[in-house]
Amino acid sequence: MIDVLYFAWVRERIGHPKDRVETSAHTVMDLVEELRTREERYEAAFADLSALRVAVDQELTEFDAPLGDAREVAFFPPMTGG
Amino acid sequence: MDIRVQEHAFDLGREAQGFAARQTGMGAVVTFTGIVRDVAGGLDQMEIEHYPGMTEKALMQIAEDAESRWNIGDILIIHRHGKLVADEMIMMVATSSRHRKDAFEAAEFLMDYLKSRAPFWKKETTKDGKDWVAAKAEDEAELTRWTKD
Repeated sequence: MIDVLYFAWVRERIGHPKDRVETSAHTVMDLVEELRTREERYEAAFADLSALRVAVDQELTEFDAPLGDAREVAFFPPMTGG
Repeated sequence: MDIRVQEHAFDLGREAQGFAARQTGMGAVVTFTGIVRDVAGGLDQMEIEHYPGMTEKALMQIAEDAESRWNIGDILIIHRHGKLVADEMIMMVATSSRHRKDAFEAAEFLMDYLKSRAPFWKKETTKDGKDWVAAKAEDEAELTRWTKD
């Protein structure tokens, strides 16, 4: 089981902050493809990946990154701290 | 190193004073404070969301990177989340070093990275509605100056 977290407008578009998913995805991209098939709002949230960033186990990474035995994957827009 | 992510306000004077007083052998302390800017249309509220757990780790990593690049005595980062209004203080950094250049440059480095690599997101409410603040291309571009050499 992986915890999939959503932040900012990604969370709003999907409608909740977290999913627990049973997945056999090898990479972040595989997981995105699985999520996209869930419902329309997931497809909408993941429509433009260039507008999204991803963290695996709280470390920023790329969409082609392997999931390995990751416990937490988070999707969010580019960050606006400071 | 002192890194705090908190909802409540901080006392800039007390934090700056406390930080400077804790240093020994340092010739310079630089502090930077980020303040909620009003926007055209009038800002009713700014809400800052963050990623608990990752935020602290990311700030720690950025501070460690700064320490490895400059001759730094100490680093303080305070960043707020939750609901803020115009003119409230959002965050501060403080750096100390024996000579001022290290403290200035490290503070700038911290700010540049904190803007686009720490998981915070800002949402503005004005009378026109609510909208997420988009990341600026120039903020991303600022990072390249630290990776050139």
